[in-house]
Formats: sequence, structure tokens, C-alpha cells
Amino acid sequence: MTAIRCSQLNKTFTQGDQIICGLDDVSIDIEEGSFVCLSGPSGSGKTTLLNAMGGLDKPDSGEIQVGDKRVDLLGKSDLADMRLHSIGFVFQAYNLIPVLTARENIEFVMQIQGVPTAQRRDKAIAMLEEVGLADHEDRLPSQLSGGQQQRVAVARAIVSGPTLVLADEPTANLDSTSATQLIELFVSLNRERGITFVIATHDTRVMAYCPRLIRMEDGKIISDEERTGKSGELQPQPS
Amino acid sequence: MSVTLRLAWRNLWRHGRRTWLTVGAMVFCNSLLVFLISSQLGSYAMMIDGTLGFLTGHLQVQEQRYNEESKMRYTVPDGIAVAKALRDSTGNPAIAARGSAFALASSEDRSFGIQILGVQPQFESAVSTLPGLIDQGRYLQSSDAAEIVIGTVLARNLKIGVGDEITFLGSGRDDSFAAGIATVVGIINSGITDVDRAIAEIPLNYFQSIFAMEDDVHSIVVKVDDLDKVAPLKKQIQSQLGDSSLTVLDWNQLQPGLGQAIQADMFSSFLTYAVLIVLVAFSVLNTQLMSVLERTREFGVMTALGVRPGQLGRLVLLETAIMSSLGLLLGCVAGGLLTAYLAHTGISLDAMKEALERYNIEGRLYPQLSIISLFGGPLIVFVGGMLAAIYPALRLHTLQPVAAMRAV
Repeated sequence: MTAIRCSQLNKTFTQGDQIICGLDDVSIDIEEGSFVCLSGPSGSGKTTLLNAMGGLDKPDSGEIQVGDKRVDLLGKSDLADMRLHSIGFVFQAYNLIPVLTARENIEFVMQIQGVPTAQRRDKAIAMLEEVGLADHEDRLPSQLSGGQQQRVAVARAIVSGPTLVLADEPTANLDSTSATQLIELFVSLNRERGITFVIATHDTRVMAYCPRLIRMEDGKIISDEERTGKSGELQPQPS
Repeated sequence: MSVTLRLAWRNLWRHGRRTWLTVGAMVFCNSLLVFLISSQLGSYAMMIDGTLGFLTGHLQVQEQRYNEESKMRYTVPDGIAVAKALRDSTGNPAIAARGSAFALASSEDRSFGIQILGVQPQFESAVSTLPGLIDQGRYLQSSDAAEIVIGTVLARNLKIGVGDEITFLGSGRDDSFAAGIATVVGIINSGITDVDRAIAEIPLNYFQSIFAMEDDVHSIVVKVDDLDKVAPLKKQIQSQLGDSSLTVLDWNQLQPGLGQAIQADMFSSFLTYAVLIVLVAFSVLNTQLMSVLERTREFGVMTALGVRPGQLGRLVLLETAIMSSLGLLLGCVAGGLLTAYLAHTGISLDAMKEALERYNIEGRLYPQLSIISLFGGPLIVFVGGMLAAIYPALRLHTLQPVAAMRAV
């Protein structure tokens, strides 16, 4: 079944007098439970595509369907609902709320979802255990390493039980050990929970794990490479 | 405590100095408001007590037309008995009957027009401060003796003193010729020239006999120890009288100028308070606008996570509510303590002595701390702060997640 279907997406930006092409007639289908990398140089359009898929930005034209919803037709409120319940985001800069502890960052999303108070704490602790940070629940983001912060961000992204996780350069600020740990966490979540992962990256360490690699340049898809095997079964390839 | 509440609280202390400055402005404003409003209420109470305690009282029973046209024939029948009945039924001893007439007062050398009040000496001191202002001699004692107390200015004008006689001529209730001779037993020094020049008091029974009043009086004066008791007591007396020819007037009807003076003062004071509150509201607006602008990226991330703009706006309002509550609490405590202390010691009014004599206020002003003076001003500051935070909160509705997340 198709998790995401993008048809003929176009998006331009204006920068001063210049018109920059963000997406140029992009069409793509991503199956449920797949593990996909969007790669390409800076400005190639991978983040723009990711933002469009997540309903953070509207394309100028074209259609986007996530599950059974036409994202390009949804209003602000429905988009917020969709992001809250169906999509998890992981960002390059972690983007945790600095004044909340690791557990509270996860609880915050659940509170917005309306999860009863009694369940929130237990569920947040369970999520932290799942990402290997059981002993760090009361630490503020500033007291965690980059890799640990990113794992908290992953826990925050998946706590609502989304079917899709969109990750934008998740390993860009991480050392190689943390990056490997993070991508292995993604792989295990993909395999065990069947969550669809779409990762925008130009990190070859991440690409090495992906059964499907979509390359972009100047807002266009220039290649869409499928490799056999599931995400975890692929051997990391040397960068 | 919910995560949102914790988030709001901790957000406030990201820039502790800025938050404390805003809270400090609120505390200062709230303390000032508590003190000023309490002082204002205290001064009004003193003005009311001073003016009403002098002669008017808080309530008066009169014949319906008497307050508009003070004619001798508009009387309260059997007034002394009615006053006694009211004292018995209400349990309030500060009720006294009075008669009032205009007369020409003459000594051997001179004559002056004066207002003569017929009073019940044994009850008058409970409703009026005049008996306590005797400067020479004594106050009236007997209820039917031919005695009179006059003011210092009248005594000087008539060139008489204690023990001398005054002849007074006027019209009785039935338009008959009224004349009497009374011995001056006391001289009053109220400090108010008009009173000391034109008012004299004689015993009520003597007044009734001179002015052909029979058992009637012109008013029954009632004094209470608390302004809040005026309205219920008025209602009680009105229902007890049951006589449609009589009416019960409260102090505001008897002395409308006093109420108007208070209203005018309140209006000008409230303008000052409004300026103060607007300044504090702008301080809150500045703080919260800065806070929202600084967190644009964070709000962008929260929007990406699925938080709605309305929920972000509520977070900003919650932060403002916490900050304003701190200002309210600390302001009320600081202002309340200061005011309570000054309510105990009083504030010297020597510098305003002449202006305040018009309202019979002298000596010290005692601020009146009440629920209204303690919380009224600070609650308006709280509301002003919340209103000021609406704009920063509304700005979040226009937030574009992608652009916001790019913000530095």
C-alpha cells in the first residue's frame, strides 16, 4: 500500500530578484513500511520535498497524498492534527524544547494529543528506554550529548505512534558512532514497528542503510535506485 | 503539574532579569494602587463622617417636601416619640429629633439672622459633633430650659458671652409671631466660620413652644457607625414608618454636593490610575512580544510537531497569567502591609489643612484597607496585562512553520 504519493509537485521561492526552483515536477510513490533516503547536494530540493510531505509547506502545484489524506488540500487545523497523530519529525538541530527535560519533551507531545496524565509519564519513560536513554529522563537537553538529544527527538517523534517519520539531515551534527547508533535505531523502528521512514540526507553512512535511494538535483529527481533487501539486511557500505 | 504549566513557568525564567523587571513594575504599580485607593476610600470616609457627623447624620426622617422646601409647616408629627420608637426598634442609640427655624437674633447692641436648631440635648451628642466643640461654658442640659448655645463668630458679632441673653424673633409653624429670650450657656468653636456665625441650638421642647410646633419636629437624624449599614437601615426605617407623608433620606440625598465632590475626585483619580495601568500593560506587551520573537524557531518546531497556533497562544497567555499573578500577589502583600501600617499610624495632613477643613477633616488621614482597595486595582492591572498579551499570542496564528524554523 502506498504511504505517500506525490504527483507533479512544483514549488518556487523568491530570493531578492531571483526565482529559485525548489521542486520541479516531482512525482514519487513511497510504499508503507519502506525506508527511503532522499539525497543530493544542498539546495537540491530534498528538504522542500520533505516539508511538503509533512504539510509544513504547500507546493505551488501538484498533489500530495499521505495515507488517505490529500495533504495539499488540508487546512491548517487538519494539517496540525495530521502531524500530531500520523507523522513524526526528526530535525538536524534536534530542536528539543530547552527548558523541558528529556521525559517532559516527550510528555509534551502526548499532552497536546490529550493522553491522560497517568499514562504520559509511563509511556515517556518506556520510549526513553526504547531509545537507550532510560537513565537520562530528568536531564535537560543542554545536559545531553548531540546523539542523546537526537535519540530523545526520535522518541518524541514516535511516541504518538505515527505511520510515517520524516527526518531532515538527522545525522548532520553527530559523530560517526552516534550517527550509526541513530540510523540503527531508525532501522529497528522500521523493521519492528513498520514505520515508514523518509530521510533527507547527504550523509553516505545513512544512505548505505537504505534499500531505496532517491537522488535529487535542482528540484528534480535524477535517480530512484531500489536495492534488494530490507533496511536492516543491507550491509553498510564504506563512504 | 501539567507539562504546559511547567513549560510556561520555566519559559519565564529563561530571561529572569527581564521577567523580574516586568513583575517589579507590576508590584510597584499594584502596591501604589492599593495604597492610593485605600487612602482615597479613607479620605472619603473621613469626608463623609466629618461632614455628616457635624450636623446632617447619615439618614433623616422628614416630611416628604421638607428637603426641597424647608417650610416650618412640613413637619414630622409627634417627632420625639417617633425618634424614641426608632431607637428602640433599631437598637441604634444615635437617633435624635430636631426642629429648625430662621430667626433674627438680637443682643442689646446688634441683630443678626441665624438658624436656630431645636435639639434633644441628651441625644444630640450621639448624632452631631457640635456638642463636643464647646469652647466656653457648657452644652445644653435641660430639654425645656430657655438656654442657647451659639458660635464664636455670632458671639463676637452680637458682643455677648456666656450668661448674657439673646432675644430671637421669627415665625412659628402656623405663621404666628415667634419670640423668645434665652440665656447663652455655651459658645461653640467649630472652626468653620459659616457655622460659628449662623447656627445656634436650643432645647427641642423650648423650640416647640416658641415656634408653635406642638409635638412636631422637622427631622429625625440618624447616625450609623458604618456606611454599609445606611442602606439596610433606611429600608428598615422606611417600612417601619408606614406613613406616606414621611420619607427617609440618606446622606447622598441630604448632601448631594458631597457625593458629587467624591465622584469628581474619583474620576480624576481613575484617570491617573488608568495611565499607570496602561504603562504596566505596555511593559507586559514588550516583554511578551520579545519573548515570542526570540522563540520563533521553537514555536516553528512545536507547530511542526502538531501544536496548533491557538495552543501556542494559550501558552503565551499562561506565561502572562503566571507573571501577572506574581505581580498581583506580591503587589497586594507589599501594598497591603504598607497600607495596614499607615492605617494604624495615620498620615499627617497638616500640609492640606485648609483645603480639608471644608470637609471637617483634620489631623491625620487613615487609609481604609478593604477587599476592594486591596484587590480592585491589582485585578485591573492583571486584566490589563492579559489584554496586552493578546497581541503577541495572536501573532502566532500567522506563524509559518518552515519560515519560523529557519529563524535564528
